Amino acid sequence: MRSSTRPASRTRRLVATTAGVASIALALTACGSGSENEEGGKDKAGSDEKITLTVATFNNFGYTDELLAKYKDTHPNVTIEHVTAARSEDARTNLTTKLAAGGEGLADIEAIEVDWLPELKEYPDLFEDLADPALEGRWLDWKVEQATAGGKLIGYGTDIGPEAICYRADLFEAAGLPSDREKVAELLGGENATWEDYFNVGKEFVAESDSAWFDGAVPTYQGMINQVTDAYEDPSSGDAKDLTSNTVVKDIYDQVVAASVDDELSAGLEQWSDDWTAGFQKDAFATMLCPAWMTGPIEERSGGIDGWDVADVFPGGGGNWGGAFLTVPASGDNTEAAKELAAWLTDPEQQIAAFESAGTFPSQVDAQASEQVQSFTNGFFNDAPVGQIFSTRAQAIEGAPFKGKHYFSVHQTVQDALLRVDVAKQQDGETAWGGALKDFAALGL
Amino acid sequence: MAVLSPTTSTPERTGPSHRPSSGPPKRVGFSQRLGRWDVKVSPYLYISPFFVLFALTGLFPLLYTAYVSVHEWNLLGGQGEFIGLENYLAVLDQPVFWRSLVNTLSIFLLSSVPQVVLALGIAALLDQNLRAATFWRMGVLVPYIVAPVAVSMIFGRMFADQYGFINAMLGLVGLDPVGWHSDRFASHVAIATIVNYRWTGYNALIFLAAMQAVPRELYEAAVIDGAGRVRQFFSVTVPQIRATIIFVVITSTIGGLQIFDEVRMYDAAGLGGPSKNWMTTVLYLYDVAWGNQKNFGRAAAVAWILFVLILAIGMVNFFVTRRISTSGPSGPKVSRRRTKELLANARAAAAAGSATGSRVPPSARPGPDRPAGPTPPPSRRTPGENR
Repeated sequence: MRSSTRPASRTRRLVATTAGVASIALALTACGSGSENEEGGKDKAGSDEKITLTVATFNNFGYTDELLAKYKDTHPNVTIEHVTAARSEDARTNLTTKLAAGGEGLADIEAIEVDWLPELKEYPDLFEDLADPALEGRWLDWKVEQATAGGKLIGYGTDIGPEAICYRADLFEAAGLPSDREKVAELLGGENATWEDYFNVGKEFVAESDSAWFDGAVPTYQGMINQVTDAYEDPSSGDAKDLTSNTVVKDIYDQVVAASVDDELSAGLEQWSDDWTAGFQKDAFATMLCPAWMTGPIEERSGGIDGWDVADVFPGGGGNWGGAFLTVPASGDNTEAAKELAAWLTDPEQQIAAFESAGTFPSQVDAQASEQVQSFTNGFFNDAPVGQIFSTRAQAIEGAPFKGKHYFSVHQTVQDALLRVDVAKQQDGETAWGGALKDFAALGL
Repeated sequence: MAVLSPTTSTPERTGPSHRPSSGPPKRVGFSQRLGRWDVKVSPYLYISPFFVLFALTGLFPLLYTAYVSVHEWNLLGGQGEFIGLENYLAVLDQPVFWRSLVNTLSIFLLSSVPQVVLALGIAALLDQNLRAATFWRMGVLVPYIVAPVAVSMIFGRMFADQYGFINAMLGLVGLDPVGWHSDRFASHVAIATIVNYRWTGYNALIFLAAMQAVPRELYEAAVIDGAGRVRQFFSVTVPQIRATIIFVVITSTIGGLQIFDEVRMYDAAGLGGPSKNWMTTVLYLYDVAWGNQKNFGRAAAVAWILFVLILAIGMVNFFVTRRISTSGPSGPKVSRRRTKELLANARAAAAAGSATGSRVPPSARPGPDRPAGPTPPPSRRTPGENR
């Protein structure tokens, strides 16, 4: 009955009691803490309380550690933590997921890209109003417009993407075309360049060369559609236009298909794919629609190729592709301090420093006119005066197209149609357009 | 003191015939009752942490997704109004959803079937007496350890349509390049290859572990009976590791119907291609929830439809794989009537034998319908033998 190897009953009972109390205590501590840190530190602007502000960006905004350390000169109590996502897609998913979860885990300053704005502008309450009369006139008008929703300014502009034409001077020479950047600008039509001029020169080029004229139908279409103010939606109501009766879009679509497939100007590549990357090395195409930030990716992929240059011309006058903003999520703990930091980061002086480091073209008027930007040259692109070129191109931009909440859904349908024709080469233009109309109908707009 | 059952049941076992003549029946004290509860309840308490955790992280999200699926729910906007099964009907109405289902099933079959078969083969090879066996065994796991993104990048270069490595090789041999990103079936083959690359080694090691537990005497017996390597594999190895095969088939089914990483990284846009040729159902779910639509309610409906589908296909696979023959005891292979006959004979003989004091010789062996498979040592099979 009473085993000699088992401890006496009293000791066993003591051990059992201790174990029971200990496990209950452990369970209770897990339940208890965790909600204590929420109350403190909502808005302590200007106080000496030490705070840490997190800044979340993606790709390369040009915010180096030295730049961020300079903020401490004027704000010694602020420590800045900089977090970068490798791809903008990841940053976007992170932002929307955390916003959906109530804002937990978001940085104090979240960088966003202009393409995300249509959906974010549906919910302006998720962001702080950054409007500040002291900063009036800092940015280009259309840049401020892009980030204004429901009377609130939800983002301070950082960079923009004014487009020029990047081209391979060596391939131009081999095909008997002028290769000097001023002559190329003239050749493509100069100040009054049109898309027809661009395609016509392309026809001349491909007759004399093995390479194609541009990389793909989709980026070309994108450049063209970005110049239409109300491509897919009615700006006054925000409703989507019926794609079946959208003659403007169909017209542009037909032009691009004719140029890409019938005239064989397209290399049939999808941007950012492996084939596109390899295409740089294989001399697959001679020109590209080139926003300021594209110079980086071109250089990355064109190791060992000397012929790239930039011409100060763009069909249709001006075009903008991309651009980023700094937003302050409303759920943050230090929104006032974050707003101050965002204003500082987007100050012309800081933006110039970022431009010098990462090539991101400033959206601030003073920064664009500054000495550093105007005199900036890009060694890889044959010492082209890119600062000057892109600021001239930026002047030619008339305004930003209206992009409401349906824009990208509709745009995707046309894009897919172009991919089927140009890259997959599975359908002809008309069949693919029929597919796009079916996809549009499925959206139920 | 808390005691275990043998002690408490001692009074019962000795029975009324052995009870001491004096005194009322012994009262079962509280601590003894506690002891009995301890025995009955404590196993459940020991395994409860897992189930509590599962309830929090597995069961609750499952039920909450069902809750989300019956509401109008925008990712950023939050909960809308209750709309019942409208989300489900809307999803079933979408041609893209059905296309994604066909893609999913196609990729699933192209990946899981070769994967399991190859894994079995590789495990059988690894089970042999190899030199540097550990090196080979660890080697098959390396593809599993490499990050999926890295694998997708490398395979992306290989499967690129215009400048890819495989098309270049095909060109060298004189064949036409394959449209890995334009042709639907080719894209499925490519994605299945990427998936198989990752999971074959993993499954092979699971099979290998099961094969190592197969008693070697069976193989010896098979060799004595004249079986070659292949016959041994099909007649000894496969039946013996049946449970593991079932496990691997089920997990492959569950995983194969939810392929996401590889299809998302297959092209730059990550949405299954311009014709949605390789969009799987999970990718469709992701696009509906986090893409342009941000329709959480509908995505939850897709999730539940997929869940039911996986359960259904999983059950089918389970019943199919159970048909692999086994050597262990399964259903009665001898008819009940015969068994009763034999038992009656044995009891009669035992009664007669105990009266006469002699041991009963083993009665007739079981009938002709023996289970297929290797013959276990005869001593275990004979009924009636007194253990």
